[in-house]
Amino acid sequence: MTEIKKMTIVEAINLALHDAMAADPTVLVLGEEVGDVQEGGVMGVTKGLSTKFGEDRVKSTPISEQAIIGAAIGAAVGGYKPVAEIMLMNFITVPMDMIVNHAAKLRFMSGGQTGVPMVIRTMTGSGFSTGGQHSDYLEAWFAHTAGIKVVAPSTPDDAYGLMRSAIDDPDPVLFIENLPSYWTPAPVTKQIIPIGKAKVAREGSDISIIAHSLMVTHSLAVAEKLAADGISVEVVDLRTIAPWDRETVLASVRKTGRAVIVHEAVKQFGIGAEIASVITEELWGTLKRPVQRVGAAYSAVPFSKPLEQAHAPTPDSIADAVKAALA
Amino acid sequence: MSNYPKPDAATLLEIYRKAALIKQNDERVIKQMMAGKLVMPYYSPRGQEIIPSALSVSLTDDDYICTIYRGIHDMLAKGFPLDALWAELAGRVTGTCKGKGGPMHLTCPEKGMMVTTGIVGSSMPIATGLAWAAKLDGKNRVSVANFGDGAANIGAFHESMNMAAVWKLPVIFLCQNNLYAEHTSIAYSRVVEKISERAAGYGMPGVTVNGNDPDEMYGAAKVAIDRARAGEGPTLIEAMTFRFNGHLLGESGGYMDKDLYADAQTKDPMPILRARLIAEGIASEDELKAIETDIDARIDAALAAAMDAPFPDLAELKRDVFAEEIA
Ligand SMILES: Cc1ncc(C[n+]2csc(CCOP(=O)(O)OP(=O)(O)O)c2C)c(N)n1
Repeated sequence: MTEIKKMTIVEAINLALHDAMAADPTVLVLGEEVGDVQEGGVMGVTKGLSTKFGEDRVKSTPISEQAIIGAAIGAAVGGYKPVAEIMLMNFITVPMDMIVNHAAKLRFMSGGQTGVPMVIRTMTGSGFSTGGQHSDYLEAWFAHTAGIKVVAPSTPDDAYGLMRSAIDDPDPVLFIENLPSYWTPAPVTKQIIPIGKAKVAREGSDISIIAHSLMVTHSLAVAEKLAADGISVEVVDLRTIAPWDRETVLASVRKTGRAVIVHEAVKQFGIGAEIASVITEELWGTLKRPVQRVGAAYSAVPFSKPLEQAHAPTPDSIADAVKAALA
Repeated sequence: MSNYPKPDAATLLEIYRKAALIKQNDERVIKQMMAGKLVMPYYSPRGQEIIPSALSVSLTDDDYICTIYRGIHDMLAKGFPLDALWAELAGRVTGTCKGKGGPMHLTCPEKGMMVTTGIVGSSMPIATGLAWAAKLDGKNRVSVANFGDGAANIGAFHESMNMAAVWKLPVIFLCQNNLYAEHTSIAYSRVVEKISERAAGYGMPGVTVNGNDPDEMYGAAKVAIDRARAGEGPTLIEAMTFRFNGHLLGESGGYMDKDLYADAQTKDPMPILRARLIAEGIASEDELKAIETDIDARIDAALAAAMDAPFPDLAELKRDVFAEEIA
């Protein structure tokens, strides 16, 4: 609780996995290259775990996404708490059956007899010129599926605290890590952060920005900049996308009367639509302006640098939306 | 096959008990459906009774099975409670899954029946994970994945077999080859003569047996189960059989070869086993009659209780989505 050390998201997640495995022998890790023979993967997130906890509990797998998620589901139903890694979020298209039809539904379809206490860790985010198949945000697909929780931390502290909660959660949790944020050190307090609770990352009185993952960082930068112009922006970090924290979001918008929702996923049919709709239903009459949404362009993530930069929201495009909502 | 262990007289009678329960249960389900008293998709296992019966005599409640929509025979052979089964088929709250699973999602963890899936090819990855859990438990549990010949063409089949072989897991891949996948004859979906040949590609034993012959099926299952319990890894068993009632109950089977169908009927495993028990002096006609009458009485009771039971409360819609009830 009191140990405040600066570390990156990579280190924070590694520490969370380490602490969870040390605390509970049923916690397992599996995925492509997660073992130390393979150096804990290209990002090294799982480095050291197989050496410490053994190759029975930390399993490097073949490139077999259906088998990875299937094995995690089976182990979860069989009494363990597996943390499965899907290297990049785009590859989650491969085991969709396992996630949507099985992990998310076995509890309901069995009338509560079996649960699937597993975590799926995955990474994504544009900005590395990887083009259309390596940097998508697909959180809306999962938020739309009843039975799976969706978490997306924006800081190392949240990454640690949410990962610990995700591992202990009795249900499947999709844990989305943002690659561009991976290597920025920040203090980690090792506090457990409950799933389903948003955080007011910055207080303000004129307008609320609701965001998650890297977009929180961008939004905080925007808030900082606009403060110089005398605009007071409140930033709400969702932290958990499903189930999302209506109370915190609504309280913020009730206070400011204006809302902009920002996500890196394509704007159309994104989670911003759901949140905007609920805000409108609940706070109609309080709202001073229609709720704004900022998301990626309706295209695949482009390769060419200028196109890639124009695709996802940037601090500038977020600032423009905020100003439009204030006009 | 000659070096396989053979079932003794008591085991053979036990196989018949299980098979007769499956057959009579199937007949009763169809009768109820024809009378309009049960409305559900039903995939009859008629003709495939011997496979799970000859397997299950070597399994305990601790052993895991995963099966598919056409899996009521697998469940009954492993000891699925009859009252809870009928209640589930009738969508009643007293069903194992509180009426929320239905015929395609039967679950009974106390008896090791962990997952029933309606998605072709999905039983293998999850059974592989259960086998991983079993190996970690060190309890000598075996995990069985049931699936059809059609499912052997799904990617997950190959991924799971490979991973199970690499990890030396105690899992049995049991392909119940009834020659058809929906309306498609196996002739249209593979060029190798036997599905079991594919095991060679994953370095595991692969055998094809006459699944309708209790000696062969018992022997192959016993060898695979013993191998799994001894920590020697997975086996692929292809059990040849035939389904007599088409794919989904109610379709005409016009795609089936008429001669093949007629020939299969002359080889119906149920009257053959029954006659053998009498010929070999294992049971008398009267004793078999008594077994069958008792089964019918148990089905009568289960059916009556199911029909008297209430439907689930509408609050069940919100229950079991997650471990905690949702708001
Ligand atoms: C992934 C998937 N594709 C298609 C279907 C539709 N479908 C249901 S049963 C079936 C045939 C499967 O045949 P097989 O695996 O041989 O099993 P059998 O029904 O003969 O026992 C198909 C194609 C499905 N349920 N799941």
